[in-house]
Amino acid sequence: MLRLTWLIPALPLLGFVLLALFGKRLGNPFAGWVGTFFATGSFVAAVLVFAGLYQAGGERNFEQHLFTWLPAGDFSVDIGFLVDPLSATMILFVTGIAALIHLYSIGYMHHDENFPKFFAYLNLFVFSMLMLVLGNNLLLTFLGWEGVGACSYFLISFWFQKEANASAGKKAFITNRVGDWGFMVAIFVVFLKFGSLNYSVILPAAGGLARTTATFIAVMLFVGACGKSAQIPLYIWLPDAMAGPTPVSALIHAATMVTAGVYLMVRCNAFIAASAEWVSWLIAAVGCLTAFVAAMVGTSQYDIKKVLAYSTVSQLGYMFLAVGSGAYVAAIFHMITHAFFKACLFLGSGSVIHGMGDEQDMRFMGRLQRFLPITSATFIVAWLAIAGVPPFSGFWSKDEILEFAYLKSPILGFLGLVTALITAYYMTRQVTMVFWAPARWGEHAVREEVALAPAAVVAAGEGEEADAEAAAAAEVPAGEVVTLVNGLPVEGHEAVVDPHFHPHESGPEMTIPLIVLAVLAVFGGFLNLPFTHGTEFLASWLEPAVRLGYPGGLEPEGPSPLLKVLFAAMSTLVAAAGIAYARSVFKDGDRAKAARFEPALLQDAWRYDRAVTAFMGGPGRRIFDGLAWFDRTVVDGAVNGTGVLIRSVGRGARRIQSGYVRSYALGVAVGAVVVVVLMAVRVLSF
Amino acid sequence: MADLSAAYLGLSAALFAIGALGLIRRRNPLVMIMCVELMLNAVNLTFVTFGNMLNDAAGQAIVFFVLVVAAAEVVVGLGIIVALARRKPGLSADDMNVLRG
Amino acid sequence: MSSLAAVLAQAAPGLTAGPAAAAPTPTITVPDIEWTALLPILVLGLGAVLLLTLTSLARGTVTRSGYAIYTVLVATGAMATAAPLWGRVHAWDHLGKWELSPPYGPFSAVAGAIGVDGFSVFITLLIGVAVILGALLADDYLRREGIDGPEYYVLLLLSATGGVIMAMANDLIVLFLGLETLSIAVYVLAAIHLKRVQSQEAGLKYFVLGGFSSAFFLYGVAMVYGATGSTNLVQIKDLLAVKVPTHNALLLIGLGLMLVGLGFKVAAVPFHSWSPDVYDGAPSPVAAFMASGVKAAGFAGLTRAFLLGFGQFASDWQPVLYFLAAASMLVGAIVGITQTNVKRALAYSSINHAGFMLMALQAASPKGVTGLLFYLATYTFMTVGSFGIATLAGRTGDGHHDLADYRGFSRTNPALAGLFVLFLLGQSGFPLTSGFVAKFGSIAAAVDAGSWHLAVIGMVSAAISAFIYLRIIVAMYMAESDTEAAEKAPKAARIKVPFGAGLALVACALATIGFGILPNGLNRVAGEAEPVLVKEPVPAAASGADGAGLTGLDLTTIPTTPTTR
Repeated sequence: MLRLTWLIPALPLLGFVLLALFGKRLGNPFAGWVGTFFATGSFVAAVLVFAGLYQAGGERNFEQHLFTWLPAGDFSVDIGFLVDPLSATMILFVTGIAALIHLYSIGYMHHDENFPKFFAYLNLFVFSMLMLVLGNNLLLTFLGWEGVGACSYFLISFWFQKEANASAGKKAFITNRVGDWGFMVAIFVVFLKFGSLNYSVILPAAGGLARTTATFIAVMLFVGACGKSAQIPLYIWLPDAMAGPTPVSALIHAATMVTAGVYLMVRCNAFIAASAEWVSWLIAAVGCLTAFVAAMVGTSQYDIKKVLAYSTVSQLGYMFLAVGSGAYVAAIFHMITHAFFKACLFLGSGSVIHGMGDEQDMRFMGRLQRFLPITSATFIVAWLAIAGVPPFSGFWSKDEILEFAYLKSPILGFLGLVTALITAYYMTRQVTMVFWAPARWGEHAVREEVALAPAAVVAAGEGEEADAEAAAAAEVPAGEVVTLVNGLPVEGHEAVVDPHFHPHESGPEMTIPLIVLAVLAVFGGFLNLPFTHGTEFLASWLEPAVRLGYPGGLEPEGPSPLLKVLFAAMSTLVAAAGIAYARSVFKDGDRAKAARFEPALLQDAWRYDRAVTAFMGGPGRRIFDGLAWFDRTVVDGAVNGTGVLIRSVGRGARRIQSGYVRSYALGVAVGAVVVVVLMAVRVLSF
Repeated sequence: MADLSAAYLGLSAALFAIGALGLIRRRNPLVMIMCVELMLNAVNLTFVTFGNMLNDAAGQAIVFFVLVVAAAEVVVGLGIIVALARRKPGLSADDMNVLRG
Repeated sequence: MSSLAAVLAQAAPGLTAGPAAAAPTPTITVPDIEWTALLPILVLGLGAVLLLTLTSLARGTVTRSGYAIYTVLVATGAMATAAPLWGRVHAWDHLGKWELSPPYGPFSAVAGAIGVDGFSVFITLLIGVAVILGALLADDYLRREGIDGPEYYVLLLLSATGGVIMAMANDLIVLFLGLETLSIAVYVLAAIHLKRVQSQEAGLKYFVLGGFSSAFFLYGVAMVYGATGSTNLVQIKDLLAVKVPTHNALLLIGLGLMLVGLGFKVAAVPFHSWSPDVYDGAPSPVAAFMASGVKAAGFAGLTRAFLLGFGQFASDWQPVLYFLAAASMLVGAIVGITQTNVKRALAYSSINHAGFMLMALQAASPKGVTGLLFYLATYTFMTVGSFGIATLAGRTGDGHHDLADYRGFSRTNPALAGLFVLFLLGQSGFPLTSGFVAKFGSIAAAVDAGSWHLAVIGMVSAAISAFIYLRIIVAMYMAESDTEAAEKAPKAARIKVPFGAGLALVACALATIGFGILPNGLNRVAGEAEPVLVKEPVPAAASGADGAGLTGLDLTTIPTTPTTR
């Protein structure tokens, strides 16, 4: 059955080719079913391969070599796949969730004119992701890495009519370039050191590297992982990436692609083990800080998807914290449970947005439980999972990370625990605002028209509540009449002010994936129960793949039973506290009261994004302009200046503009002189 | 007599430089073509001189090839200039700056 | 040695009146001529002349598509005559059922003026491909622009003749003749669009600067001649093997000047300034040929002259090539990203590519040559594809090349936009396209040769140049604003893809993907296409005139003895 491995990526690729060529002819919704079929087929193949690997026993390491791709003398890069417990686990949940989200998209995208294209991209994405996970060498992983980046870029910009989406796509592309650079350098150094890129060669040999080299490689890999997995300081693209269609957010920007960085770190844990001590500290610190910072931002966002986006960044931070603490199994464990509950949350939010007629602002929601029963039930389950309520899946995986973080350093453990509190708080805030608080749409809409005089703007500037107004007011010239609904600017919310509007539940293509994911979010934790070694299924399964990352090849001492119990109790307490407090603040839908808990600094995401944008628009831009100026003025000037000298004094220093044959001829002549001088220097040096 | 070869080489280098500078400095396309011709003929002189110094006929023979090439170049160059001049009488090389940047 | 003049007369039958022109003198022996070696040159050159003759005799009876078909057939014929040479070079007994004639292995012909080896056959085939693609692209273009007559095709075939001569040249003067045959035809091609002032401006600029740089090249040849006493690469190499010139200033300066001429042809910085203007102004199919065929010929010349003839001096010319490669890669990438005209942007990208190829060449190793040939082959398809899209997108008048003109291109012409994305990704070195493998090979060769910094510069420039392509892609996939959409009539926005151009584009796309996923075959062929200098077996009559009697010119002791004449 292991020989079927090549089918896993081949099926989505075939789906992509078919959809790209005949998508238009297949039409809506048939193209969606074709895409779903290939994604599901890939899942089935993944299950078979998984079963085959399970039966194989022993080292559980299978390589399938398809053909040689880059032959270069003594070194060659193969197109080949590596199936080991780690990649088998990854392909299983990647294909599974992908299949569900394909199904969901049939419903979600049904009104979209580019429906077939969307599924073509989705299939291409699944293919790239599987290449990333299955590749048996770093270059193939990099290829998939670039592929998922490109697909993400395409899918974010999918609705490219919206300028914001196009620019978000660009931001994702450029930020990821920074990360890719790190990855590329790492690949290069690995190649230089080993003359090979195959995991089966480089990972066992990593222990023999000089410490500084291993450190350099690990740091560069970490830079790459930071870009892809949205860690500080490269996280800015992910929240913006939510401008894309919601299924894309669920699949790419929550469940799969953004976890590629974590996968890379776990895959290459041998390099971390061989590097200096501070690297693991760096990873843990960055992860912990990202988790905390992003969670704080999540407490003050109004956009239902933005909250989830920052929550994703925060949860990814947890995974890096786990990697830095040497808890690779916990990182993968959390990656899986997170994929379940976060995909469920995103898809649920998509269902809400869909039911609300494309409304994303949580302030215009409320009491949706009555109208969207299935969505709300699944959303609530996923909420309990992410908030860390036992026995839902998130509790188990997060707890394991916190214990290891505590062992690494009590500070990290403590900060992780605080983040858990904030997580419970902001998720409860979201659930309350969306499903339970008094409804603020439809008949509850109170229209008022306000004439904004300059004085009114000043008045509005007082108090946090008025901040949004002030922001809106700043964009309209003073004195204009602005319509406010429920005390908020109406712009973009026309759809919900209709008093006859009623939210509606989504169709079965959308609810079935929700239910499946919700069930997984409940029971996902049973993959790795911390009671005895016998119940740590995932840990014993992954052991061969992560062994190299342990110092000396021995699994480090885990948390003691006492610590486990202690942390379980504390997490439960923290989760309960967060939930109770958030509920007390937001349950009656009093905006004036709630606004005190949503400071502008956090709404603005610490102003980090704005600062980056300001830099790129200001000084950064000026650097590029400066370079252009340098080329225009100094380089051309040097050429032309030489010309002036040659053309003697009479003419003075008249500028020669470009576009003239003679200045080009001068360029050639100067070049000739340079070349001849370079040659002559060789003669003189004899 | 003794240093005449060196003088020829110097002369041809000077002619070559004059041609190159002329091409850079002048704006009349016809003169520019003449400058290219001057450069080619300077090279011809070099070939002849070296052929003489090396006591080798090839140096002289090459000159004929260069002459043929030069003639072909002039034909093509004049054709292009005529086409341009018809569009714009009194053309100078500096008028040709539609393409730049 | 003194048989050179006769040799030269034979080597370029298109330019001289044939064997009869070489008047026999006491010292000149007429060499045996290996006609099979000359066949590709003859087919292309005579094919061009025949086309010109026939059409002037029977004007109007041939449709313009007929010209294109004829050109494709001639180029195919030239490639077919080159195929048995490949077999001979690699010592095959027969090609299919076709018995090949000895001698097997690489050989020199026409008294050593022409060298037939894997390298020259590879470049010949590549130029043939460029001609075919150029003809296919031009067919509809010429009709659309109302450019009458067969001249385009005649000139295309003639310049290809020059390119093949360069690829086979074992003598610097033959190289010069090939260079000029190639260039003069391309000067006219650039100016062939009489209705566009830009086209003529491009032609004149290219002509003036091309003549300028050719003069430098020739001056370099003269100096090399003076220093070594020969222009024949085989003899020069033999001479240098037995006698290292103690005062090689003349030789090195000559090499430097030759580099100017060849660097100009391949658009290497600092000899690149013409290329953006000329690519911009020249008709788009011509730009496609200049970026593919002409560049291939230029690199063939560089390889033959520097790597083969003066391989011994590699340590001297390597630093200069190093400088040219670094400058080309950086300038091409950095200036390219500021361009707002697609054809200019492609021109700068082509400068960047030239840098990568120079990087492979400066490695001065078999691996470098393999990398160079692979790069040239794959790049030919990518760049012809890109300029092919520009040909179509330029619409009547060939003027719509601004980035703004490409806004919304994906909406109006999704298939063309998709292909363009493929070609641009290929040029940026995106994995699984041929461009990635090509860049990889070039960088690997540089690393192998110890040129670390150059490899790093190459990678940095690749990262920068990605934005050249990204800008075009973004422009194509950006929505057109309503007002702009209303201004343009929908039928003008939609481009009907003519058969010939469509065929060329599909071929380019298949090659770009195919060589990206399965580069092995091409890579092996490129590896077997070694350039070699082989001494021709000395005919009995000419035994007195071989390289042993050569003496280099020592500038410190200029011979003062009177000449024999």
